[in-house]
Amino acid sequence: MQKKKSLGIFADQKFIVLIIVVVLYVVFSLISKDFRKYSTMVMMLDATYYILLLAIGVTFPLITGGVDLSIGTGMICYGLTGGFLVVQKGFPTWVGLIVAVLFGLLIGILNGVLVAIMDLPPFLATLCTCMMTRGLGSICANSFAIPWPGAKAEGGWFHAIFKLTVGAGRKAMNYPVGVIVLAVIVLLMSFVLNHTRVGRYTIAIGSNKEATRLSGVNVKAYHITAYAISGLFAGLASLAYAAAIPTIQPGTGAGIELDAIGGAIVGGVSPTGGAGSIIGTMLGVFVIQLLKTGLPYIGLEANWQQIITGLVLIGAVLIDVIKQRRAALEG
Amino acid sequence: MVGDLSVAQNIFIGREPRQGFRIDDKKMIEDSKALFDKLRIDIDPTEKMSELTVGKQQMCEIAKAISHNAELIVFDEPSAALTEKEIEDLFAIIRDLKAQDLGIIYISHRMDEIKVITDRVTVMRDGCYVGTLITADCTKEDIINMMVGRVIYEKPKEKSLVPDDAPVVLKVEHLNAGKMVQDVSFELRKGEILGFSGLMGAGRTETARAIFGADPKQSGDIYVNGEKVEINSPEDAVKHGIGYLSEDRRRYGVVVGKSIIENSTMAALEEYMRGLFINKGKEKEVAEKYIKELGTKTPSSDQLVVNLSGGNQQKVVIAKWLVRNSDILIFDEPTRGIDVGAKNEIYKLMNKLASEGKSIIMISSEMTEILRMSDRIVVMCEGKKTGEVKIEEATQELIMDKATRQMEA
Repeated sequence: MQKKKSLGIFADQKFIVLIIVVVLYVVFSLISKDFRKYSTMVMMLDATYYILLLAIGVTFPLITGGVDLSIGTGMICYGLTGGFLVVQKGFPTWVGLIVAVLFGLLIGILNGVLVAIMDLPPFLATLCTCMMTRGLGSICANSFAIPWPGAKAEGGWFHAIFKLTVGAGRKAMNYPVGVIVLAVIVLLMSFVLNHTRVGRYTIAIGSNKEATRLSGVNVKAYHITAYAISGLFAGLASLAYAAAIPTIQPGTGAGIELDAIGGAIVGGVSPTGGAGSIIGTMLGVFVIQLLKTGLPYIGLEANWQQIITGLVLIGAVLIDVIKQRRAALEG
Repeated sequence: MVGDLSVAQNIFIGREPRQGFRIDDKKMIEDSKALFDKLRIDIDPTEKMSELTVGKQQMCEIAKAISHNAELIVFDEPSAALTEKEIEDLFAIIRDLKAQDLGIIYISHRMDEIKVITDRVTVMRDGCYVGTLITADCTKEDIINMMVGRVIYEKPKEKSLVPDDAPVVLKVEHLNAGKMVQDVSFELRKGEILGFSGLMGAGRTETARAIFGADPKQSGDIYVNGEKVEINSPEDAVKHGIGYLSEDRRRYGVVVGKSIIENSTMAALEEYMRGLFINKGKEKEVAEKYIKELGTKTPSSDQLVVNLSGGNQQKVVIAKWLVRNSDILIFDEPTRGIDVGAKNEIYKLMNKLASEGKSIIMISSEMTEILRMSDRIVVMCEGKKTGEVKIEEATQELIMDKATRQMEA
């Protein structure tokens, strides 16, 4: 019956992951002169925004005890569709953005319906929509590779959400303003998870779905909402992807979801559901991205990054398994 | 039994006859046929197990046991799912086995069957051995007397505390939900504690879950405060002021990994919002109010429910429904897994709630609990309501008689 908070912040996985992030950054910077350059950091951040957005979204289905595998190919699909309207059909950029986000939301709701109403296992349901969005993206974009407008081109204003370029030529300075935008989103979604009914019931569903249902909660609606949020964020991520990658290629995107899901798990989202935080997810994504970007700088091939990321994930999942086993012993 | 395999495959699972690396299907089928012939059972060994009736599946299980050279076979409530004809067949086989010097243990709550098929009868109560009788020398009443026991630790309630003119708050008419709830009708009145008695598997929990919308029902009408209501989900039931306190608290009652606060407002969170956001201050306030009122023992309201004892977990569930202001509470085995001291506290709470005008359905397998708490008692057996007893007339024997009665035999 005693209160178990005596371990303080050290018991919090977030804190451990934060230390790992700092250590990785310091170690890589000490070893590699190139890694500690400002331009490297800006480049690394550019490649992080879309994964972070995907990870924030997928945190919700993960906490319900499910998963969303459709976010990687989905993001490409929404980006292609929105971009096609802008580049090929001459719509203004904002129309393309809204279409991309709504498309994501739609697929998210579809995932939610498949899981919550049709009772499909989340892994299968979202694997199917993963395949579907891969095909759909190519169809919607007429199989074109889509280059969204560049930063300087007309309609390229959305680049400034993530990277503000001031000046021109050799004097040009890049400011990673995306950090601020993402920080706001992280705080906002953190608030949603901890201070709204959607968040509370997302966690409750992952913790004990049946007890939640027997409390009179409309479990199906909240379950769908979790997947809708995931889809919505895949739509938002497509915008960050368009800002980071000059040309979106049809048929790509598979595997990106694994970085996002891996990041969330490393950040303390329980793989069996019921626990997790947006801040943790963000830190977890940083770990994954630091390994991905940093390891080549210290002379390890990209392949090693995959292996090490895998090992880090096993570690993170083990922590959760041990926690649960201990809880089961105490309970 | 594995439904997708054939009868023969099931009987010889784990010890299939072989021919080199290959399973010898032919021999397996022949052996099964021989086995069935010996038992005088008529089943095709090549048929898929899942396509047989429950009765025939049971026959296969018996055949399997015999083929293992069993000397003792335990039948655990074998007749529950069988038709009358199938029961006769089963008894014929049991008599055959007996003639072949096999020992049979036959677990049943059907008195008539026990009289017909057994030689001796052993009675158990609350996990303890009570005694053994020679079947031929005893009457049904003798067995029932042993089942109820003579000692009552707590004085039963002497008379109903519900005034005669108390309004009916919940009326259930002709409720049907699967095999375990057949044509159940009853009324619950304001301030009443209505006991639901019966043996394990009598369909009481199923009835409660059907009323609460936790499981689908086939037919039946439910009236709350005289008005007919549609209840198709727990959400509907909660809206009409019904709360269900499951017998399995850890699985269905509380979210053990979350705090007392979060559990307390689980059913009524919409009342603890400030715009889109949860008003955590108000939430904590109400949780702490009920910790005090119900006497929940915990260091703080942030405590995870998993760290509480059974009795205190039950109080959290009670708090959940009080926060929701539910007027009809269904307690399913309210004191299961709760120690004696905490039990009394739960009883006091239930009495207090009833005196404050809440109406309570209390499902209980403990006879003393039923007699001590109820104002009126509904007795169920095999999915049917077999009786309704006023507390003034209730005795253990009377209730047990109804709980073991076989409706049609």
